[in-house]
Amino acid sequence: MGSIIFLVVLVVVAAWLIGAYNGLISLKNQTLNAFKQIDVQLKRRHDLIPNLVNAVKGAMEFERSTLEAVIQARNQAVKVNATGPEGIKQISQAENALSSALQRLMVVVEQYPQLKATGNIGQLQEELTSTENKVAFARQLYNDTATQYNTKQQQFPTNMVAGLAKAQPADLWEIEDQAEKAVPQVDLSMKPKV
Amino acid sequence: MSDDTSLNLFQQQEANRRRTVLLVIGFVAFFAWLGFGGDYIYYLSTRDAPRTAYHHVFPWFGIALTVIALLTAWYAYATGPEKVLWSTGARPIVDPTDPQEKQLVNVVEEMAIASGVPRPRIWIVDDPDPNAFATGTDPLHAHVAVTRGLLDLCSREELQAVVGHELGHVKNLDVRLMTLLAALVGAVALMHDGATRVLRGGTNLGGGGGGSRGGGKKGGAGPLLVVLLVVWILSWLLAPIITQILALAVSRKREYLADAMSAQFTRNPLALASALQKIEGAVAPTAAIKRGAAHLCIADPLGRRLTAREGLFADALATHPPMAKRIAILRGMGYAQLKKEGGGVA
Repeated sequence: MGSIIFLVVLVVVAAWLIGAYNGLISLKNQTLNAFKQIDVQLKRRHDLIPNLVNAVKGAMEFERSTLEAVIQARNQAVKVNATGPEGIKQISQAENALSSALQRLMVVVEQYPQLKATGNIGQLQEELTSTENKVAFARQLYNDTATQYNTKQQQFPTNMVAGLAKAQPADLWEIEDQAEKAVPQVDLSMKPKV
Repeated sequence: MSDDTSLNLFQQQEANRRRTVLLVIGFVAFFAWLGFGGDYIYYLSTRDAPRTAYHHVFPWFGIALTVIALLTAWYAYATGPEKVLWSTGARPIVDPTDPQEKQLVNVVEEMAIASGVPRPRIWIVDDPDPNAFATGTDPLHAHVAVTRGLLDLCSREELQAVVGHELGHVKNLDVRLMTLLAALVGAVALMHDGATRVLRGGTNLGGGGGGSRGGGKKGGAGPLLVVLLVVWILSWLLAPIITQILALAVSRKREYLADAMSAQFTRNPLALASALQKIEGAVAPTAAIKRGAAHLCIADPLGRRLTAREGLFADALATHPPMAKRIAILRGMGYAQLKKEGGGVA
């Protein structure tokens, strides 16, 4: 009788171990995959920007500095050569800088109705909005998945299997304060900056 | 995405898989009953016939109907999405030319990224009433269709929320169950129409035969035969109504869930609330979408007033939960989110 109970307990424990292990591995792969998605969308964005800048260059002679900031941020972002979630800090810094440069450009375009009136710009604006959204949503999916993965590996009792599955907490994609702050600065109220 | 929602999603997917299997089994079993029941009735009524007359021993009807039901279920599963799209007159967007279509494609791509499903095929229904639906068998073979009216009426964010709702249906496999149901409802209606014609000719014969035999026979299988016959004929008559009610019951609860998933994908529940309000405000029924596909849509395309109420009667007969309640829930989510964000900044 005792040995039967022991056997049952053993089977239950083994089944739980397998389930927990596989769950962690599956989440790990989902996290990696979500990160790849961000990568794909970032690449798309890098490819789009030169076209965008070329299209508005003629009409926006007067906003040269805004355009140059975008190009510079783009080139900086392309240069970052990290591929895995480990390099996420580096990538996110460069990409957030690019995001804020692009946002400034969008606000500038918004301010010139005659620029918006030409169909070309309207389309480009839609493309840009979509690209920014895609990056944002890919980031959101990554952060959601990574949070789930991190929570799973820290929670008891799954945390006992975490070492076995070689689970490491994944870095989240933080929105840098600097980039966040850059947006409201276009606010045209002439308040002195603190 | 907290652990809860992912568990929910997993459970929902499992439940939908299970329900799809149950639906197919129920469908086949129902037809088997019709067939073998008919065989049994025929067997009872020919049992006492003279030696030289026909004796119904081998269950031909049962086997034939079961095979037909199996083939129908398979056919419905394989071609359901096509049939649904065809019935609404949707056309695919392959190479978007006008800005509206381009925007729709972009929005669908964005939501596909946010929800983590592959990009579905995109269709437009040229109907001025705003509505949208999703169909398909799984996330890899999914379709999202919106009406021209929706594109005209909604802002980019609202469109995004509606598409998010549809991709919610795709992600938790609602589309599989609902499309199969739509196809089976259609198949049952067709078969019923055809069978009623045959049955009408047959009951005259059977009625005549039964009557003459009832006179000549001494008790035995008489009452059983009559009860069986009544139940059997009732099954035939009620088949389309039963499938219709099934279609209604299956679609309402998952609207709330898809709304919540849309809010999770867009992080903007208020956009869906205002989109629903606009859709609700447009009173015209969606002419292009017929009864068979009504339960697939984001809002009841038939514009039935039942959808506006809750209650026993409406619960049994409406395909969609009351719009006001959906909007209220989404608003609640939106304000909770605003509060949380406000708290985070402060």
